[in-house]
Amino acid sequence: MPTTSPAAEPVAGAAGPSAPGGPPGADAPRPDRDVAGLGRARALGFVAPALLVIAVFLVFPAVWTIYLGLLDYSLTGAGAQAPTFVGLGNYLDALSDPGFTRSLWLTLLYVGGSAVVGQNVLGFLLAWYLRGARRVVRPVLTVLVLLAWILPGSVVAFLWQALLDRRAGTLNTLLGTADQAWVLDHPMWVIVVFNVWRGTAFSMLLYTAALSSVPRSHLEVARMSGASGWQQLRDVVLPTVRRHVLTNTLLITLWTFNDFSPYLLTGGGPNGASEILPVYIYREAIIGGHLGYGSAISLLLLLANLVIAVFYLRVLRGRKDES
Amino acid sequence: MRPSVPFRLAVTGLGAALLLSGCVGAKDAGGGADPSANADAKDVTLVISANDVKGGKNAAEAAWIEDEVIPAFVAAQKAKGVTAKVTFNGAGVEDEQYKTKLELNLRTGSGSDVFAADGIWLGELAAAGYVKPLDDVVGKAASGWDGWDQISEAVQANLSFKDQRYGIPNGTDGRVLYFNKTLFAKAGLPADWQPTSWDEILQAARALKKVPGVTPLQVNAGVPMGEATTAQGFLPLLAGTGAPLYDESKGTWQGATDGVKQVLGFYQQVYGAGLGDPRMQQDKAGRDQSFAEFAQGKVGILAEGDYFWRSVICPSEKDCGATSMKDRDSVVGWAKIPARQPGSGVNGQDFVSVSGGAGWMLSPKTKYPQQAWELMAFMSSKEMQAKLSQAQIRISARQDVNAETLKNDPLLSFISEQVLPITTYRPSDEAYNEVSLGIQQATADVVSGKSPDEAATTYAQTLTKAVGADHVAGG
Repeated sequence: MPTTSPAAEPVAGAAGPSAPGGPPGADAPRPDRDVAGLGRARALGFVAPALLVIAVFLVFPAVWTIYLGLLDYSLTGAGAQAPTFVGLGNYLDALSDPGFTRSLWLTLLYVGGSAVVGQNVLGFLLAWYLRGARRVVRPVLTVLVLLAWILPGSVVAFLWQALLDRRAGTLNTLLGTADQAWVLDHPMWVIVVFNVWRGTAFSMLLYTAALSSVPRSHLEVARMSGASGWQQLRDVVLPTVRRHVLTNTLLITLWTFNDFSPYLLTGGGPNGASEILPVYIYREAIIGGHLGYGSAISLLLLLANLVIAVFYLRVLRGRKDES
Repeated sequence: MRPSVPFRLAVTGLGAALLLSGCVGAKDAGGGADPSANADAKDVTLVISANDVKGGKNAAEAAWIEDEVIPAFVAAQKAKGVTAKVTFNGAGVEDEQYKTKLELNLRTGSGSDVFAADGIWLGELAAAGYVKPLDDVVGKAASGWDGWDQISEAVQANLSFKDQRYGIPNGTDGRVLYFNKTLFAKAGLPADWQPTSWDEILQAARALKKVPGVTPLQVNAGVPMGEATTAQGFLPLLAGTGAPLYDESKGTWQGATDGVKQVLGFYQQVYGAGLGDPRMQQDKAGRDQSFAEFAQGKVGILAEGDYFWRSVICPSEKDCGATSMKDRDSVVGWAKIPARQPGSGVNGQDFVSVSGGAGWMLSPKTKYPQQAWELMAFMSSKEMQAKLSQAQIRISARQDVNAETLKNDPLLSFISEQVLPITTYRPSDEAYNEVSLGIQQATADVVSGKSPDEAATTYAQTLTKAVGADHVAGG
C-alpha cells in the first residue's frame, strides 16, 4: 500500500459526494467520511487483515456449510468418495422428517424453559437478593453460583450423572426414592434444570452490574413516596435495566440454542425424548455419517439463530429510540 | 447503488467455495500409495491405535501392545540396523466414538499407521476410499505372508471386501446366552440349562421373575447400546427365524418381513411383560449397567459375546475392574442361542449365533508401508498372538495359537467347537452401518412401547431410504 500516490486522496474524496440529494456545494469531503485522511485504498489496506481473518474463519465456513448442505456428502461409503449434488433435497428431507420437527420443538422448550425463563428470572432474583444480602452470604453464594458456571462441562456432567444415577444416585438417596430413573422419566426437566443451574451465573453477574446502575436517588424518592418493594421494582428498576434484560436474553438464547452439553447427561434419549437440535445434528452427521444432511440442518439452526437475533435487536433498537 | 461489504464478502466467499469445491470427493482421485516408499529407511516412526487403554477398556490388549509388541518389534528392527520409534495411541471409549474418530482421522490422513478396526466397518471404509487392499498398499510382502495358512477362510473374510484382503484378523468371537446358576437354582431351573426354542427362554425368564430383586433376562436393544443391539440381540434372533439379514445372491435386505416382526415380537414379550428391564436399554450407559448387574448377581440371563466372559466378568480385578467376578467359573453358565423353534434357524439349524471380529489394518497414507506391514505381521505372529492369548484368553485368528491356548478355557473351547461351526457373519456391505442404526431404532421403539408391526414399518421406511426400494425384501 505505501506505493499508492497521495493523489489518490482527492479521488477518494470525490467519490464521496456522489450520494443523491447531497447538500449544495458538496465538493468538499464531508468531515465524517474520511476523518483520518487515509483515502479509500489505504484505509482498505488497514482493514484487509481483519477482513481476511473474518473471511477465512467466519464467511468461508458458513458458505462451505451451505455448499455441503446441497450434497449427499457422507463420512463413509460411496458418498464420501464421490458426493452428488442433491439441490434442496436435504432441506426437504429435514422438513419432512418427524425427528427434525420434534427436536426443533424440544429445542424451543429447552431454550424457553432454561434460558429465557429459568436463567433470566433466577439470575435477576439472585442479583436482587444479593444487593441487600449480609456480608457473609454474599460472597459464598456468588462463589457457589460461579462455580457451576466455570467448571468444565465434562466434570459437571459426571457430577450430575452421579447425582441422578438410578441405582445409587445422591438424589435418590436424599429423597428416599429407590430406583427412580430421573434421566429416563423426566429427560427434558433434567436438562432444563441442569442448564438453569449451570448458566445462571452469567445472568446474575450481568444483572448485578445493571442493578448498580439504578440511581439510588430514584429508589429513595420512590421509597419516600411509599412505594412497596414490588412497586419499586416495577416502576423504577425494571424501566432502567430493560435494555440489559434484552441484551442478556439475546445472549443466553443464542448460547442455549447451540448448547450441546445435554448430550452428556441424557444422550438425547430415551428414544429421542431430549434430542435437541445440536444433538440431532451430531447424531445425524457424525454417528450416522450424513455430513451433507447435517450441514443442511446446521444452516437451518443458523437461520433460526439469525431470526432470534434480528428480533431482539429490533426490540432493542425500538426501546433505544423511545428513550 | 454499491453493494454492501457483507454482500461482497459473501459473493467472494461463494466464489472461493465453488473454486475449492473440487476438493470434496476429489481427494482420492490420485493413484494409490507407493508400496516401496521409504522401504529402506533407517529411521522409522510408526503409530498404532486401538480402542484399548491400560487400566480401562481392553486393558490386557493395551498392555500387550505397550509391553510386548512394541519393545520386541523395536528390538527386532534394531537387529536389522533400523531405528524404529513406535508409539501406541490408546483410547477407552464406546466403539461408535472410536469409529467416528478413526474415520475422521482417515479422512484427513492424520491417523495412525496401524489401527484396530471391526470387520463390519470395512465396507464403509473401503467404499469411501479410506482403506485400500493390502495388495495395493503393501504388495508382495502381504500376499506372500506365511500366517494366512493359519487363518480360516471365514475369519479372513471378516477383513476382506470384494474378495480382497484389507487387514489381518486379530480374532473372532461368538454369541451365547449367559446365565447365573445361583439364581437358576433359586428359581428351580437346571444348572445345565439349554433352551431349544424362544418359548423355553421365556419360560425360564418367567420362573426367574419370581425370585425377588432379579431382572430375569436382558437381550440388548435400543440405540445407546449401538452395535451391541444388532450383533448380540437382533441378529442372533433373526438368524433363528430362518433367513439372514442380507441375501447376498439377490442383494436384498430384510425389511418388514415375518422374521423381523417375529424378532420384534420377541422383544415385546421380554420388555413388555417385565421379563427384562426396559430402562436399562434406554439408558445412555445401559450396557455397562447390564454388565454391572450381571456381575452383582442381579440378572438371570444375558445374551452377549465371549468378550463379556473374558473382558468383563473375568475373575481378575486387575483386568476387569469393578465388573470382575471372582466366582465366575462356578456361578456363570452358558447355553447356545436356540432358533425360534427347533430347525427354524438359518440352514434349518436348531441353534444359531453371530460372529464378527476385529483386526489390524493400515492406513494407505502411511509413510512407511513396508514397515507398517512388518509391524502388523509381527503382531499377528504365532509368538505374539500366543502372548496375547496368555494375557487374556480369547479366540485368536490363528488356529495354531488356538490349538494351544483354548483348551484351558471351558467357554472359549465351547464356542470354538460348538458355536463357530453354526455361526453366521454380518454382511460387510457399505450400507450395513445405516441398516444397523435402523434396527437399533426399531428395537428401541418396541422397548419404549410401540407395537412390533409399527416398529417394523418404520424400520422398513428407514431401510428403503438407506438402500433403495429395489434392495428391500418383504413387507
